[in-house]
Amino acid sequence: MSDYDEERIAKLLRMLPPAPEAWVQAAQELPAARAALDGLVARAEADAAFRERVLADLEAAISAAGITPTRAAVSRLRQLLDGG
Amino acid sequence: MMWSEAAPSRSLMTPMAVEQTDAQLVARCRAGETAAWNELVERFSRYVYAICVRGFRLERQDAEDVFQDVFSRAYERLADLRSDEALRPWLAQLTRRLCVDRLRSLARNAPTAAEPDESVADETLAALDEALAVRAALEALDEPCREILDRFFCRDESYATIGEALALPAGTVASRISRCLAKLKVELEGRHGPSEPSGRVR
Repeated sequence: MSDYDEERIAKLLRMLPPAPEAWVQAAQELPAARAALDGLVARAEADAAFRERVLADLEAAISAAGITPTRAAVSRLRQLLDGG
Repeated sequence: MMWSEAAPSRSLMTPMAVEQTDAQLVARCRAGETAAWNELVERFSRYVYAICVRGFRLERQDAEDVFQDVFSRAYERLADLRSDEALRPWLAQLTRRLCVDRLRSLARNAPTAAEPDESVADETLAALDEALAVRAALEALDEPCREILDRFFCRDESYATIGEALALPAGTVASRISRCLAKLKVELEGRHGPSEPSGRVR
Protein backbone atom coordinates (compact mmCIF):
# COMPACT_ATOMS: atom_id res chain seq x y z
CA MET A 1 0.00 0.00 0.00
CA SER A 2 1.60 3.25 -1.08
CA ASP A 3 1.35 6.48 -3.06
CA TYR A 4 -1.55 7.97 -1.20
CA ASP A 5 -2.85 10.72 -3.40
CA GLU A 6 -6.35 11.65 -2.36
CA GLU A 7 -7.91 10.53 -5.63
CA ARG A 8 -6.57 7.05 -5.11
CA ILE A 9 -7.70 6.95 -1.48
CA ALA A 10 -11.17 7.97 -2.65
CA LYS A 11 -11.21 5.17 -5.23
CA LEU A 12 -10.19 2.64 -2.61
CA LEU A 13 -12.86 3.85 -0.20
CA ARG A 14 -15.47 3.48 -2.93
CA MET A 15 -14.44 -0.14 -3.44
CA LEU A 16 -15.90 -1.18 -0.10
CA PRO A 17 -19.53 -0.11 0.11
CA PRO A 18 -21.49 -1.58 2.99
CA ALA A 19 -23.03 -4.99 2.52
CA PRO A 20 -26.82 -4.98 2.81
CA GLU A 21 -27.65 -4.60 6.48
CA ALA A 22 -29.95 -7.64 6.53
CA TRP A 23 -27.12 -9.83 5.25
CA VAL A 24 -24.77 -8.59 7.95
CA GLN A 25 -27.40 -9.07 10.62
CA ALA A 26 -28.12 -12.62 9.46
CA ALA A 27 -24.41 -13.44 9.56
CA GLN A 28 -24.14 -11.98 13.05
CA GLU A 29 -27.12 -14.06 14.16
CA LEU A 30 -25.41 -17.27 13.05
CA PRO A 31 -24.49 -18.53 16.54
CA ALA A 32 -28.03 -17.98 17.81
CA ALA A 33 -29.50 -19.35 14.58
CA ARG A 34 -27.45 -22.53 14.82
CA ALA A 35 -28.64 -23.11 18.37
CA ALA A 36 -32.26 -22.42 17.42
CA LEU A 37 -32.14 -24.72 14.39
CA ASP A 38 -30.55 -27.49 16.43
CA GLY A 39 -33.38 -27.08 18.95
CA LEU A 40 -35.99 -27.34 16.20
CA VAL A 41 -34.39 -30.47 14.80
CA ALA A 42 -34.13 -32.13 18.22
CA ARG A 43 -37.80 -31.43 18.84
CA ALA A 44 -38.75 -32.65 15.36
CA GLU A 45 -36.90 -35.90 15.96
CA ALA A 46 -38.86 -36.48 19.13
CA ASP A 47 -42.28 -35.35 17.85
CA ALA A 48 -43.49 -36.55 14.45
CA ALA A 49 -46.44 -34.16 14.34
CA PHE A 50 -44.15 -31.21 15.05
CA ARG A 51 -41.80 -32.42 12.33
CA GLU A 52 -44.67 -32.44 9.84
CA ARG A 53 -45.62 -28.88 10.79
CA VAL A 54 -42.03 -27.71 10.44
CA LEU A 55 -41.62 -29.40 7.07
CA ALA A 56 -44.89 -27.85 5.88
CA ASP A 57 -43.58 -24.34 6.46
CA LEU A 58 -39.89 -24.09 7.20
CA GLU A 59 -39.83 -20.29 7.13
CA ALA A 60 -42.64 -20.02 9.67
CA ALA A 61 -40.92 -22.53 11.96
CA ILE A 62 -37.69 -20.55 11.80
CA SER A 63 -39.47 -17.27 12.47
CA ALA A 64 -41.31 -18.83 15.39
CA ALA A 65 -37.92 -19.80 16.82
CA GLY A 66 -36.98 -16.11 16.79
CA ILE A 67 -34.59 -16.29 13.85
CA THR A 68 -34.61 -14.38 10.56
CA PRO A 69 -35.72 -16.95 7.95
CA THR A 70 -32.91 -16.31 5.47
CA ARG A 71 -32.41 -18.60 2.49
CA ALA A 72 -29.34 -19.99 4.23
CA ALA A 73 -31.30 -20.76 7.40
CA VAL A 74 -34.12 -22.42 5.47
CA SER A 75 -31.65 -24.44 3.45
CA ARG A 76 -29.77 -25.55 6.55
CA LEU A 77 -32.93 -26.56 8.38
CA ARG A 78 -34.10 -28.60 5.40
CA GLN A 79 -30.68 -30.25 5.25
CA LEU A 80 -30.72 -31.06 8.96
CA LEU A 81 -34.24 -32.49 8.80
CA ASP A 82 -33.18 -34.61 5.84
CA GLY A 83 -30.41 -35.98 8.02
CA GLY A 84 -27.65 -34.07 6.20
CA MET B 1 -18.02 -23.05 20.42
CA MET B 2 -20.19 -21.58 23.18
CA TRP B 3 -21.51 -18.07 22.75
CA SER B 4 -22.79 -15.50 25.18
CA GLU B 5 -24.52 -12.09 25.17
CA ALA B 6 -27.13 -10.81 22.75
CA ALA B 7 -26.16 -9.17 19.46
CA PRO B 8 -25.86 -5.38 19.85
CA SER B 9 -27.72 -3.09 17.48
CA ARG B 10 -25.73 -1.68 14.57
CA SER B 11 -25.05 1.97 13.97
CA LEU B 12 -23.99 3.62 10.73
CA MET B 13 -20.38 3.43 11.81
CA THR B 14 -19.36 1.05 14.53
CA PRO B 15 -17.06 2.91 16.92
CA MET B 16 -13.68 1.28 17.28
CA ALA B 17 -12.61 2.49 20.69
CA VAL B 18 -9.78 -0.01 20.79
CA GLU B 19 -8.61 -1.34 17.46
CA GLN B 20 -7.92 -5.03 17.83
CA THR B 21 -5.78 -7.13 15.55
CA ASP B 22 -7.44 -9.91 13.60
CA ALA B 23 -5.63 -12.40 15.82
CA GLN B 24 -7.06 -10.84 18.97
CA LEU B 25 -10.51 -10.90 17.42
CA VAL B 26 -10.20 -14.56 16.46
CA ALA B 27 -9.03 -15.41 19.97
CA ARG B 28 -12.09 -13.70 21.46
CA CYS B 29 -14.35 -15.56 19.03
CA ARG B 30 -12.78 -18.84 20.06
CA ALA B 31 -13.42 -17.91 23.68
CA GLY B 32 -17.10 -17.72 22.83
CA GLU B 33 -17.70 -13.96 22.84
CA THR B 34 -20.72 -13.16 20.73
CA ALA B 35 -19.64 -9.52 20.58
CA ALA B 36 -16.38 -10.64 18.98
CA TRP B 37 -18.22 -12.63 16.33
CA ASN B 38 -20.39 -9.59 15.60
CA GLU B 39 -17.26 -7.49 15.25
CA LEU B 40 -15.62 -10.03 12.96
CA VAL B 41 -18.65 -10.00 10.68
CA GLU B 42 -18.75 -6.20 10.79
CA ARG B 43 -15.04 -5.92 10.00
CA PHE B 44 -15.10 -8.25 7.01
CA SER B 45 -18.64 -7.90 5.66
CA ARG B 46 -17.69 -5.19 3.16
CA TYR B 47 -14.68 -7.18 2.02
CA VAL B 48 -16.59 -10.41 1.46
CA TYR B 49 -19.42 -8.51 -0.21
CA ALA B 50 -17.01 -6.69 -2.52
CA ILE B 51 -15.30 -9.92 -3.56
CA CYS B 52 -18.69 -11.34 -4.50
CA VAL B 53 -20.05 -8.36 -6.41
CA ARG B 54 -16.90 -6.62 -7.67
CA GLY B 55 -14.45 -9.47 -7.99
CA PHE B 56 -16.82 -12.06 -9.41
CA ARG B 57 -19.79 -9.89 -10.39
CA LEU B 58 -22.34 -12.20 -8.83
CA GLU B 59 -25.98 -11.27 -9.10
CA ARG B 60 -27.58 -10.16 -5.85
CA GLN B 61 -29.24 -13.47 -4.98
CA ASP B 62 -26.08 -15.46 -5.67
CA ALA B 63 -23.98 -12.93 -3.79
CA GLU B 64 -26.26 -13.21 -0.78
CA ASP B 65 -26.03 -17.00 -0.75
CA VAL B 66 -22.23 -16.92 -1.02
CA PHE B 67 -21.99 -14.18 1.62
CA GLN B 68 -23.98 -16.24 4.14
CA ASP B 69 -22.12 -19.40 3.21
CA VAL B 70 -18.75 -17.70 3.79
CA PHE B 71 -19.64 -16.59 7.30
CA SER B 72 -21.36 -19.87 8.07
CA ARG B 73 -18.23 -21.84 7.13
CA ALA B 74 -16.00 -19.33 8.86
CA TYR B 75 -18.04 -19.80 12.02
CA GLU B 76 -17.78 -23.58 11.78
CA ARG B 77 -14.10 -23.66 10.96
CA LEU B 78 -12.63 -20.79 12.94
CA ALA B 79 -11.16 -23.29 15.36
CA ASP B 80 -9.23 -24.88 12.48
CA LEU B 81 -7.56 -21.65 11.36
CA ARG B 82 -3.83 -22.36 11.51
CA SER B 83 -2.70 -18.80 12.11
CA ASP B 84 -5.03 -16.27 13.70
CA GLU B 85 -3.23 -13.51 11.79
CA ALA B 86 -4.23 -15.19 8.53
CA LEU B 87 -7.92 -14.47 8.95
CA ARG B 88 -8.18 -12.01 6.04
CA PRO B 89 -6.45 -14.19 3.40
CA TRP B 90 -8.36 -17.21 4.69
CA LEU B 91 -11.68 -15.40 4.28
CA ALA B 92 -10.62 -14.10 0.87
CA GLN B 93 -9.71 -17.60 -0.29
CA LEU B 94 -12.92 -19.07 1.08
CA THR B 95 -15.03 -16.37 -0.59
CA ARG B 96 -13.17 -16.78 -3.84
CA ARG B 97 -13.66 -20.55 -3.87
CA LEU B 98 -17.37 -20.27 -3.11
CA CYS B 99 -17.81 -17.60 -5.82
CA VAL B 100 -16.08 -19.81 -8.38
CA ASP B 101 -18.19 -22.80 -7.32
CA ARG B 102 -21.32 -20.72 -7.69
CA LEU B 103 -20.35 -19.44 -11.15
CA ARG B 104 -19.47 -22.94 -12.32
CA SER B 105 -22.79 -24.22 -11.04
CA LEU B 106 -24.57 -21.42 -12.91
CA ALA B 107 -22.57 -22.20 -16.05
CA ARG B 108 -23.58 -25.86 -15.88
CA ASN B 109 -27.23 -24.84 -15.79
CA ALA B 110 -26.83 -22.26 -18.56
CA PRO B 111 -24.36 -23.58 -21.13
CA THR B 112 -24.02 -20.18 -22.83
CA ALA B 113 -22.66 -18.62 -19.62
CA ALA B 114 -18.90 -18.01 -19.55
CA GLU B 115 -16.57 -19.75 -17.11
CA PRO B 116 -15.37 -17.42 -14.33
CA ASP B 117 -12.33 -15.34 -15.30
CA GLU B 118 -10.14 -15.71 -12.26
CA SER B 119 -7.39 -13.45 -13.58
CA VAL B 120 -9.75 -10.47 -13.53
CA ALA B 121 -10.81 -11.45 -10.03
CA ASP B 122 -7.13 -11.64 -8.98
CA GLU B 123 -6.60 -7.99 -9.91
CA THR B 124 -9.75 -6.90 -8.12
CA LEU B 125 -8.87 -8.90 -5.03
CA ALA B 126 -5.44 -7.26 -4.86
CA ALA B 127 -7.09 -3.84 -4.99
CA LEU B 128 -9.62 -4.91 -2.37
CA ASP B 129 -6.78 -5.81 -0.03
CA GLU B 130 -5.55 -2.25 -0.39
CA ALA B 131 -9.06 -0.95 0.10
CA LEU B 132 -9.29 -2.91 3.33
CA ALA B 133 -6.07 -1.27 4.53
CA VAL B 134 -7.59 2.14 3.78
CA ARG B 135 -10.72 1.05 5.61
CA ALA B 136 -8.64 0.12 8.67
CA ALA B 137 -6.99 3.54 8.59
CA LEU B 138 -10.42 5.16 8.31
CA GLU B 139 -11.51 3.36 11.47
CA ALA B 140 -8.67 5.08 13.31
CA LEU B 141 -9.98 8.58 12.52
CA ASP B 142 -12.29 10.53 14.78
CA GLU B 143 -15.98 9.65 14.49
CA PRO B 144 -17.11 12.77 12.55
CA CYS B 145 -14.46 12.12 9.89
CA ARG B 146 -15.25 8.41 9.71
CA GLU B 147 -18.90 9.12 9.26
CA ILE B 148 -18.65 11.82 6.63
CA LEU B 149 -16.10 9.92 4.52
CA ASP B 150 -18.13 6.74 4.78
CA ARG B 151 -21.32 8.51 3.77
CA PHE B 152 -19.74 10.29 0.83
CA PHE B 153 -17.40 7.70 -0.64
CA CYS B 154 -18.72 4.33 0.51
CA ARG B 155 -22.45 5.00 0.64
CA ASP B 156 -22.40 7.40 -2.27
CA GLU B 157 -24.55 9.97 -0.49
CA SER B 158 -24.83 13.48 -1.95
CA TYR B 159 -23.71 16.67 -0.18
CA ALA B 160 -27.38 17.49 0.30
CA THR B 161 -28.19 14.12 1.91
CA ILE B 162 -25.16 14.30 4.17
CA GLY B 163 -25.90 17.91 5.05
CA GLU B 164 -29.43 17.02 6.02
CA ALA B 165 -28.35 14.02 8.09
CA LEU B 166 -25.59 15.88 9.91
CA ALA B 167 -27.29 19.30 9.99
CA LEU B 168 -24.48 20.95 8.01
CA PRO B 169 -24.58 23.38 5.06
CA ALA B 170 -23.44 21.82 1.76
CA GLY B 171 -20.31 24.00 1.68
CA THR B 172 -19.30 22.78 5.11
CA VAL B 173 -19.87 19.18 4.02
CA ALA B 174 -17.49 19.68 1.09
CA SER B 175 -14.79 21.31 3.16
CA ARG B 176 -15.11 18.72 5.91
CA ILE B 177 -14.77 15.87 3.39
CA SER B 178 -11.65 17.51 2.02
CA ARG B 179 -10.18 18.02 5.48
CA CYS B 180 -11.00 14.47 6.56
CA LEU B 181 -9.55 13.00 3.39
CA ALA B 182 -6.31 14.84 4.15
CA LYS B 183 -6.36 13.38 7.67
CA LEU B 184 -6.88 9.92 6.24
CA LYS B 185 -3.92 10.42 3.92
CA VAL B 186 -1.73 11.32 6.90
CA GLU B 187 -3.01 8.29 8.83
CA LEU B 188 -2.23 5.99 5.92
CA GLU B 189 1.23 7.42 5.44
CA GLY B 190 1.86 6.96 9.14
CA ARG B 191 0.94 3.30 8.81
CA HIS B 192 2.54 2.41 5.51
CA GLY B 193 4.77 5.27 4.35
CA PRO B 194 4.46 7.37 1.14
CA SER B 195 5.75 6.84 -2.43
CA GLU B 196 6.00 3.72 -4.64
CA PRO B 197 3.03 3.91 -6.97
CA SER B 198 1.32 0.55 -7.34
CA GLY B 199 -1.29 1.53 -9.91
CA ARG B 200 -3.51 -1.40 -8.96
CA VAL B 201 -6.73 0.53 -8.64
CA ARG B 202 -8.74 0.63 -11.84
